[in-house]
Amino acid sequence: MIRQLLESTLRVSTPLIFAALGGMFSERSGVINIALEGMMLIGAFGAAVVTYVTHSPWLGSLGGMAAGALLAAFYALFAIWLRANQIVAGTAINMLALGMTPFVSKILYDVTGQTPAIPLAERFQSAPLYMSWILVAACWFWVRYTRSGLWVSLAGEHPEALDAAGIRVNRVRWAAVLVSGALAGMGGATLSVFLSSSFSRNMTAGRGFIALAALIFGRWKPVPTAIACLMFGFAEALQFRLQGVSLEDGNPIPVQFIQVLPYVVTILVLAGFVYRSRPPQAAGTVFRRA
Amino acid sequence: MRKAVQAILSVGLGLALGLVVTWGAGENPWHVCKVLTKGAFGSGYDLGMTLFYATPLIFTGLSVAVAFHAGLFNIGAEGQLTLGALATAAAGAIWPNLWSPLAPVLAALAAILAGALWGAIPGWLRARRGSHEVINTIMLNFVAAGLASYVALYVLKNPESQNPETRPVGDGFLVHQFGVFAGAPVSVALPLALVVAVLVWVLLWRTVLGFDLRAVGQSEAAARAAGIDAGRIRIIAFSLAGALAGLVGVGEVLGNAGKFRVGFSPEYGFIGIAVALLGRNHPAGVIAAALLFGALHKGATALDMETDRVTQELSLVFQALIILSASAEGLWSLMKGRGAENSRGARLTGCT
Repeated sequence: MIRQLLESTLRVSTPLIFAALGGMFSERSGVINIALEGMMLIGAFGAAVVTYVTHSPWLGSLGGMAAGALLAAFYALFAIWLRANQIVAGTAINMLALGMTPFVSKILYDVTGQTPAIPLAERFQSAPLYMSWILVAACWFWVRYTRSGLWVSLAGEHPEALDAAGIRVNRVRWAAVLVSGALAGMGGATLSVFLSSSFSRNMTAGRGFIALAALIFGRWKPVPTAIACLMFGFAEALQFRLQGVSLEDGNPIPVQFIQVLPYVVTILVLAGFVYRSRPPQAAGTVFRRA
Repeated sequence: MRKAVQAILSVGLGLALGLVVTWGAGENPWHVCKVLTKGAFGSGYDLGMTLFYATPLIFTGLSVAVAFHAGLFNIGAEGQLTLGALATAAAGAIWPNLWSPLAPVLAALAAILAGALWGAIPGWLRARRGSHEVINTIMLNFVAAGLASYVALYVLKNPESQNPETRPVGDGFLVHQFGVFAGAPVSVALPLALVVAVLVWVLLWRTVLGFDLRAVGQSEAAARAAGIDAGRIRIIAFSLAGALAGLVGVGEVLGNAGKFRVGFSPEYGFIGIAVALLGRNHPAGVIAAALLFGALHKGATALDMETDRVTQELSLVFQALIILSASAEGLWSLMKGRGAENSRGARLTGCT
């Protein structure tokens, strides 16, 4: 049973890792990404549709990434170019994804918010799990040792300094938001073609926000963020496991308390009760050259 | 005046974009327009339902607006209204034999208190621990949902129903529904919302507290220099915001369902952000925007039946597009021909 629990922890953490690392790109560059949830959702939808059509989960996840990046481009258009408030625009993007997915599924399949089931053989078996951890390592390397990693961090911490060095801040932010959308889309793809067999309405069910919480918990750093995803994944797996299990007196275990744990822990961490987690200095601000 | 024009323009732009989407789906936009209008205002009942949806949006819109005037972003109205409604239902389920008018007043106070307490948490965290309210309120929304479903499933479970909901409240708690709307659950909550909107206006622009609140929102440093305890004001503002959102419980529980139903809110809290934004954080604007979003929500429910390819989820798309148009600061300078970025240098970086 312990082994099963650990296995399912690894599996359900996968979408969180992709999405949280996606969020890392955008937020490190100074663009707050409340819209992760919507990008995941649209990614899950795109992946389910493309996998169903092409019979390949690989092409499907590419489709999911493209869908996520497309929505991210729309977000960047408003948040960076048109200087919309990032929180407001992010909320709207989530609504847009929630509304567009059933809308498009109705047009494609004449069903509201559901895609046809994908046979088991055409789904991912375990590849995304390995990919997610390779990505964690790649992100760790990227943040620490590459020039573009430094640019993104500077865009979020000291945009003026980056600008003075001759790098276009908003270009860096655009790129970061697009990558963010693609990775969140990949996270959604793991939900629809790895962990389940189709898209269903609002199937992300707050995972984008959990990923955001993991990102804060992990202080916007790749490895701690991935570990936070594992912890939150464990909470989710445990909750599945205990659903319907009764205590000795015959009452079911109230899984709601496990369900809210990641959120409570995040609040405590953010408030500095456990340790301090500080967002990038220029997060949420518009950059305009003087 | 300029603000109102901008708001109307952004509604127009959002609706136009939404209709383009329906056109892309192969539906005649004009037909969609007619279905939406008829669905929202076609009969006494339809109008009633529009008002029914608008009522909680007035409360959540005011909630977001009050917080905004204090320089705070209340994404947490959803959680605050959930607990407000839960407290309303709990009061009615625990003391079912109370009589009117004491019972509904007591339940409304419970709603206010629960919302205020839930709002005070992010207010306190921001004021005393310096953690940002946006993430905190998002997290608290999920905590509130978990808490509410726990109470509805285990503590106050309705034994006569398979749905996750609480026991019905006592008859003395139910408030009057207006008969003219042919059965649509328009209750005393609507006039209550209008009165509260006036009170919010008085508070913000005619009292010392309101002045302090707006001062903190405009410049914390200046407010501090003037001797205002900014932290205290933030906690008060967030509690007020929570209380306003909590009042959603009155219309939903006492004026409609008679109990707390898990998931009753079609994201009133999030739409409240749009309502406040579009209403430019002024109570009168909030009322107008709430009516618009209420009408959109009600009108869209007719889409599933009346069109071949468009579903009622379209209302979410419309709402999202209106929010985006209203929030795009750069759009207005673009329209004036100055480019999305005002200065020449900035334009170079902006248009990549």
